[in-house]
Amino acid sequence: MSQSFNRGTVEDFGRWREFSAGMWAWIFHKFTGWVLVGYLFTHIAVLSTATQGAELYNGTLQGLEALLIVRFLEVGLLAVAVFHILNGLRLLFVDLGVGLESQDKSFYASLVLTGAIVVASIPTFLGGKLV
Amino acid sequence: MSTQIEQETETEESADESVTEPPVESPGDRRRQQKRERASRLDEQRRVEEEVSEDEETVSLKIFRYDPEVEGKEEPRFDDFTVPFHKGMTVLDALIYARDHYDSSLTFRHSCRQAVCGSDALFINGRQRLACKTQIGDLDSGTVRIEPLPHQAVVKDLVVDMEHFYDQMEAVEPYFDADDLPDDELEEQYQSRENREKVKMSTRCIWCGACTSSCNIAAGDNEYLGPAAINKAYRFAMDEREGEQRKQDRLRIVEQEHGVWRCQTQFSCTEVCPKDIPLTEHIQELKREAIKNNLKFW
Ligand code: HEM
Ligand code: SF4
Ligand code: FES
Repeated sequence: MSQSFNRGTVEDFGRWREFSAGMWAWIFHKFTGWVLVGYLFTHIAVLSTATQGAELYNGTLQGLEALLIVRFLEVGLLAVAVFHILNGLRLLFVDLGVGLESQDKSFYASLVLTGAIVVASIPTFLGGKLV
Repeated sequence: MSTQIEQETETEESADESVTEPPVESPGDRRRQQKRERASRLDEQRRVEEEVSEDEETVSLKIFRYDPEVEGKEEPRFDDFTVPFHKGMTVLDALIYARDHYDSSLTFRHSCRQAVCGSDALFINGRQRLACKTQIGDLDSGTVRIEPLPHQAVVKDLVVDMEHFYDQMEAVEPYFDADDLPDDELEEQYQSRENREKVKMSTRCIWCGACTSSCNIAAGDNEYLGPAAINKAYRFAMDEREGEQRKQDRLRIVEQEHGVWRCQTQFSCTEVCPKDIPLTEHIQELKREAIKNNLKFW
């Protein structure tokens, strides 16, 4: 199978347009999971400046929050985390064998809810003055 | 046309001979009348015929072609065919028409034409479907794009090598094999109604391979048993007549490294199965069964 004749456009992820809800959920879940792992390292790096004294820690955080790009990255992080949690709950139900017929609807619900929460968070993340 | 003529005669009659009795119809009149009628009938018939042939519906097919044994055909390509459409026509009907009328070298498998034999699972408009169970009228797009099942080696045109799929099916020992047989070998082995209901859907598999072809995991992991084989294992593992020992054996087969735990619940198999078998549900149940089986609290 995997060493099958290469049919060019016939196979594989180039056909993403033909993916269905469950396949997208899987791809998004993998992606968001690994983004969260990546963030964990950043998070630890930033927080550990506190070991070098309060001044450095405050300076680092203020410096970061002054950057517009960081504000946007925070919105993105929230989106990624919220989707991962909501779809994680969906996967939990799938593992328990509950509501399998509605697995596509619960994926769409996760997406919509993520969108709503992210939009609601924008004033908080982008609102504060950039010093 | 005919109504107009009649009206004219009527007005003439009322104008010229309004007082006298109705005119006697001469044989010539009758003949002319009949001729007019016949002509208008023929007109009508011709018009209908023309209309039909003008919008005689056709459907265009875009079919994957590849033949490693013929020079000039080793490079995969798509061939276009236009075939007449009729109500209720299936994709298989269209393929058969194209083969019989245009190109007898067009190769595809089919047999029962009623979704029973499982030999014509194809990749139709971006989805694994049985050609004989898919009506062209139900497809969204105007052209029907027909390709062999993805993730299987193509032998020729729409024919893929099913050997690996069959190997995986055999790997789960897909036959009834009870721990204890009745003393009298011919005695029936009854199953409770509830138990029959439990395995009912899983018994419907026709070995078409659509599910396994749709699975991203099976595409990336050749050793993965795949949805069809796991569903087969479910069918027998859940059959109470087989007995506890056989069930343990069966669970050992599905919980191996390339068994149920490869499933990432993408639901693609469940969506394409032409027999509507809830494959993901069965795989998930076997996962839980395997865990319950291995949990020890003492
Ligand atoms: C309440 C919070 C969370 C929930 C409910 C949750 C839920 C889940 C679930 C159910 C899976 C299983 C995916 C599968 O079945 O294949 C998963 C995968 C994963 N999660 Fe989370 N998760 C959470 C938080 C996190 C966090 C904070 C991180 C990062 C540090 C993370 C990283 C990952 C990764 C990388 C995967 C993919 C693993 C793989 O490759 O299979 N998750 N998550
Ligand atoms: S489970 Fe369904 S899709 Fe898979 S081989 Fe059997 S009938 Fe075909
Ligand atoms: S021809 Fe038998 S299943 Fe389609």
